[in-house]
Amino acid sequence: MSHGTHAIDTRHARSTLAASRSALGALLLRDVTVLRKDVKLFVLRTVIQPFLLCFVFLFVFPKIGQSVGAGSGQSAFATVLVAGVVGISIMFQGVQSVALQMSQEFGFTREIEDRVQAPCPIWLVALEKVISGAIQGMVSAAIVLPIAALVHARGVHANIHVHWLVMLTLVPLACVAMGSLGLVLGTSFEPRNIGLMFGFIILPITFLGGTYYQWDRLAPVKIGSWHWLQTVVLVNPLLYVNEGMRAAFTNVAHIHLYVVYPVLVAFCAGFLSLGLRNFRRRVLS
Amino acid sequence: MTLIAREPVIVTEQLCKRYIGADFLAVDHLDLAVEAGEIFGLLGPNGAGKTTTAGMLTTRVVPTSGRARVAGVDVLAHPALAKQFLGVVSQSNTLDRQLTVWENLYFHGRLFGIGAAPSRSRADELLERFQLTKWAHASVYALSGGMAQRVMVARSIFHRPAVLFMDEPTAGLDPQSRLALWQILQDLNAEGQTILLSTHYMEEADQLCGRVAIMDHGRILALDTPENLKRSTGVDTIVTLKATGDLDVLSKNLLERVAGATHARLIDQGVELHVAGAEQLLARVITEAEASGSRVQDLSVAEPSLETVFINLTGKELRD
Repeated sequence: MSHGTHAIDTRHARSTLAASRSALGALLLRDVTVLRKDVKLFVLRTVIQPFLLCFVFLFVFPKIGQSVGAGSGQSAFATVLVAGVVGISIMFQGVQSVALQMSQEFGFTREIEDRVQAPCPIWLVALEKVISGAIQGMVSAAIVLPIAALVHARGVHANIHVHWLVMLTLVPLACVAMGSLGLVLGTSFEPRNIGLMFGFIILPITFLGGTYYQWDRLAPVKIGSWHWLQTVVLVNPLLYVNEGMRAAFTNVAHIHLYVVYPVLVAFCAGFLSLGLRNFRRRVLS
Repeated sequence: MTLIAREPVIVTEQLCKRYIGADFLAVDHLDLAVEAGEIFGLLGPNGAGKTTTAGMLTTRVVPTSGRARVAGVDVLAHPALAKQFLGVVSQSNTLDRQLTVWENLYFHGRLFGIGAAPSRSRADELLERFQLTKWAHASVYALSGGMAQRVMVARSIFHRPAVLFMDEPTAGLDPQSRLALWQILQDLNAEGQTILLSTHYMEEADQLCGRVAIMDHGRILALDTPENLKRSTGVDTIVTLKATGDLDVLSKNLLERVAGATHARLIDQGVELHVAGAEQLLARVITEAEASGSRVQDLSVAEPSLETVFINLTGKELRD
């Protein structure tokens, strides 16, 4: 049989490990290429929310004499907010780059059907999205921090103290956790239900995730002797990200790192296993 | 010359699929062997189990029981390995919308472990071959349905798969694009590409496939070359009669009184009659029709098709 170029010899198959490694590399390369194409859009969508937060809270409010933060003044609030702005940016990057993408690719363009024909286990295709989302999260954290530190009215000053070891470990961990959250959301919501996702998941997470306040400041909100709000928000993964960012970038009080690290690791594990299970269910029948 | 016994490129043994919640088998103890170099067709109506069969062979559908091997690799035990040998063109456009046409091909090569330089040159070569060069840097959104389909075929054969799976490849294509795609598939096959085609277009199966398996309810009802399948009906002429009057009576009378009539069925405003080896057939049909009190408005004859085979096997039409 002269099958020319189409002669197939399965003995020349690459090992699944080698094939998976190059597939992962190619998937990441693809994401970088896409990102490079609309780098302006990426920067804009990364910067817009932090900029608006800082502009309103740290520039407009002091100018118009509207006060936030009790007693200790605008600068203390700025310090709290700057870390929260980095945390929320990391979360939004996870939602944008993993959840929205994946929901599209599953429901609308069906690109995922082709992607999972890649010569690697299907979980790797999902994991790559999380890795890619986490890297984008780290890039946005790097972009956002200077903005948050610079946009403010005269006299308002965020006290930033970088704790390098905490930053270099906690930022990547937070990025992976939020990318994994994106995987769960992206594999759970159809594109037509994305509005629901924002309304019922993203908004509550954002407002009750300690972006604008420290967790220990919630203590006065209680029924009887029960600090109910402090208790309820403990299920919110963003809380640990934001408190962790406070530990990484400021000297203000935060939930203890002995709690932040293990809880974030647990969220990573939980979201990843749920997300990968969802992914598998959506892809295989 | 030494003869090497080689395994068929696709082998299934008692392959079954029952979807969760279903009380029937979508694929029912399927035994299939597709040889390298074939264009093999799975022909049947929607729901016959074609897409499920292709899905199991391409690792997307998990079999309930049985075994399947593609290029000698057990797809159930080693799906990631098997995927190295599969090329898949699905029904819907699955091109990467954020990449250009050229990039869609290039990154597919990289995904399959082909280096940067060879991926680049093969992307160029395939675009040239499929007359898509001037669309190389266009957005996928700019492509017509036929062009998108061609890009998907180019992408699927990029890594030289052992088998190319095509699921209803021409569904939704205009006639011209369909012919163009048929030509592409025939050319690929002429170079040795094995293709497994699932379709509910009988012309497609007839034109392209060396062998056709006719499927219904998850089972193969007949498997042979299109010629042999058609011959197996024993019918050599299909008479289509448009007439007025009592069509039930007409159909019954024609079947009883026209020599060689094997099968008659009602169609829209008329009767279709399957006939084997009759002489002076048309005169006879008209005489009988008028004797039955019908007025013949139109009469045509055709050779049997795979549709005839399907009707003979199942009593129903392919496109129900």
